[in-house]
Order: sequence, then C-alpha cells, then structure tokens
Amino acid sequence: MTWDWGAVRDFLPHFWDGLLVTLQALVLGSLISFALGLVWALLLHTPARPHAPSGARRWYALVRWPVALVTEFIRDTPLLVQLFFLFYVLPEWGLTLSALTTGVIAIGLHYSTYTMQVYRAGIEAVPAGQWEAAAALSLPPRRAWTAVILPQAIRRVVPALGNYVIAMLKDTPMLMTITVLDMLGEARLFSQQHFQFTEPLTVIGVAFVLISCPASLLLRALERRLVR
Amino acid sequence: MTPGLWELVLKGVWTTVQLLVFSGLLAAAVSFAVGIARTHRRWAVRFLAGCYTEVFRGTSALIMIFWVFFVLPLAFGWQLVPMWAGTLALGLTYGAYGAEIVRGALNAVDPAQREGGTALGFTPWQQMRKILLPQAVPEMIPPFSNLLVELLKGTALVSVMGMGDLAFSGNLVRLALQESAQIYTYILLVYFVIAFLLTRLMRGLEHRLKAAAGKVPGPALPVRRSGASTVGGGAS
Repeated sequence: MTWDWGAVRDFLPHFWDGLLVTLQALVLGSLISFALGLVWALLLHTPARPHAPSGARRWYALVRWPVALVTEFIRDTPLLVQLFFLFYVLPEWGLTLSALTTGVIAIGLHYSTYTMQVYRAGIEAVPAGQWEAAAALSLPPRRAWTAVILPQAIRRVVPALGNYVIAMLKDTPMLMTITVLDMLGEARLFSQQHFQFTEPLTVIGVAFVLISCPASLLLRALERRLVR
Repeated sequence: MTPGLWELVLKGVWTTVQLLVFSGLLAAAVSFAVGIARTHRRWAVRFLAGCYTEVFRGTSALIMIFWVFFVLPLAFGWQLVPMWAGTLALGLTYGAYGAEIVRGALNAVDPAQREGGTALGFTPWQQMRKILLPQAVPEMIPPFSNLLVELLKGTALVSVMGMGDLAFSGNLVRLALQESAQIYTYILLVYFVIAFLLTRLMRGLEHRLKAAAGKVPGPALPVRRSGASTVGGGAS
C-alpha cells in the first residue's frame, strides 16, 4: 500500500469546494426537513387532542390517512431512487431546477418523514395538564399550540432532531449521483482524473468522521442540558 | 414496457434481495460481535469495539462503498466480486448501527438477572448465552426491523458502482424508454412492498420470541390472560 501526500495536497482545494457544497446541502436540507416535518406532525396528530371541535376532527380525518400513507411511502423507499425520481421527472413536468436544489428538496422531503416522528413524540410528551390549562384559560386552539404546546414540545426534541442532521450529513454524498460536486463528487472527479483513489476517498472518509463525531458529542451535551 | 425490460427489472429485484440477505446476515453477525464486545469487562475490548462503531457510523455508507470498490483493489490488491464488495460495505456499516442496538438491549436487562447468574456460578459466557441474550433479543427486534428497512434502502447505493440491482435496472429502463415518472414509480413501489413485507416478518418474529422468553402470555398460558381480564375489568 502506498500513500501519496502529494495527492492529498493536490486534492485539498477541491476538498474545500466539496465541503462547502456538502454543508450547503446539509443546512438547507435540514431546514426543509424541520419545517416540513412539523407540518406533517401537526396534520397527523392534531385531532388526537381531546379539545378539538368535532367539525375539525372530521376534516382532519380526511387529511390524515393520505398524509400517513405518503409519509410512510417516502420513509420506506430509498432516498437514492427518490433523488433520481425528482431529478429526471421534475423536468418532464416542466420544472427545471438545479441539481443541488433538487438534491436539497429530496433530502428535506425524505428526512421530514423522520422528523415528523420526532415532533410527534415531543407533542405527545407534553403533559395533558398543559392542554387542560390552555383550555381553562380558554385559549383558542391555535394560541394553545403556539403559546403552550409547541414551545415545550420543540425544546424537548432538539437533540433528536440533531441526530437526523448527522444522518443527513452522511446521506449528502448521494447527491454526487445527480451531478452535484459535493465532497464525494469532488473526490470521484479528482480520482478519475489522476487515477489516485486511495487518498481522496480516505481524506473525505476521515472528514466525515471528524465532522460527525464531535457533532454527536455536542448533541449528547445538549441533550443533558435540555432534557431533564 | 416490453417483456425484456420487465425481465431486467426482475433480475434487479433478485440482486437487491440477495444483497439484502447477505449484508443483513453480515450486519447481524457484526452487531452481535461488536455489541457484546461493548459490554465486555475489559476496558481495551470495549474501547476497540467503540472505535469500530464510531468510525463506521461516522462515515457515510456511500463512501464506504466507494472505498471497498476502489481503494481495496488499488491499495491492498484485493479485488472483490461486486456482490461481496457490496455485502462487505453495507454489512460493516449497518453492523455498526446494529451493535448499538445490541448494546442497548443488553444494558436494558435487569442487573439482578446478571447477578442471579453470578450467584449460580455461571461463567460470563454462560450468563450471556443463557440469561442475557434470551431476554435481550426480543427487545432488539423492533429497532432491528427499522435497521433492516434502512439496509434495504442502503442497497440502492450499490447501483452507483454499476451493480445490477433494482435502482440500477430502473435507471437502464428509464434510459431505454424515457418515461421517468412511470418507471421510478414502479421501482419505488417495489422497494415499498419489500420493506412492508420485512416489517411484517419482523413483527411476527418479535411476537414468537417474546412468547418463547415468557414475556407475552401466549396461547400456551391462557390462564393468566383470562384471569387478568376478569380481575382488572375493562377499564385498565
């Protein structure tokens, strides 16, 4: 086995470009998944609350099962195929987006079905007394959600959401398959041009460990602080 | 779609299933070996097992696949058959996640059980085999079921290396027909059906193992069940 430091040095500028794209995809993908996951969770779990008026309950029942079906489907099928789907089908439907945008949407959509479960757990963990207190103060349902329930639920789930950020980080290399030059994309391009596979692939592998290990330690600390 | 293209897709399904079974078996072996090592008495064994999980969980599965396919042949001269390369990369990566499941389930067994084993003069290995594992394994099934679906989705990654799995043959069919929406919908549906079957299978397995470990009053113990319902009433 030979290790060529020169190849590492040559690869570094490409590596920084790739890192930037990876982080960009990660941040945007996380934001989409956080927002969309909350939407799914609210659509799926609002009527479980005892004080919802019956008309609203009936309306939610109609929304509920299609949302449950769609999210289950997204959750159980590979992100890679979903990426291909969006990348090749959206232009057919007349919506041409850049590869990175497509990738960010796919990651956000895929992981929103996971964050949905996290939010659900958080919402269900809010004690029933809080709902009763909101009802006793005759807060309208929307105020009860925004002022009482969600602030408590979201505070609890921040660490769990962080876990999915790490999971998303490790899925960003898939964007390479739809021509995004993320870390892996840059590594592949470089290794094909110079026929040196060992160094770039090892460098990005180490980079992933270096990012995700401190991140998970940080999350554990955050968890200790937020969840008591 | 023509019969020839359907045949291509079916071949892809077969490759995916094979890859799923092989890498699932490897991942299970790795999970138990590393997970049990993480509960070992010796500090060094725990540390090494911890390093393994951190490294393999920390890197991306796709990078592992690239590494096995490109770096192993060049750096070490080991050229693997694609199926084994894919199995190795996926099995080692998902095994690291599985190891955490095994560790968690072992730690969740009541400490008194282990102490009971010590009191009876069991060796550590006997305690593990006769006391801890039979109680921990049923608890592992639901997270393992999730992991298995993750692994199924992970198998799609090998298509990047040109292995003829379901995702790859889907891509070929798309190139042939230029009807992306239709083909990818089929492919996604096939993955969904496989995932659905897997979760059902694991649920059945969980039920049987729990009954075997005496955790759920199964059909063999009807007395307890009927007694509970008459004493406790409907409300509980």
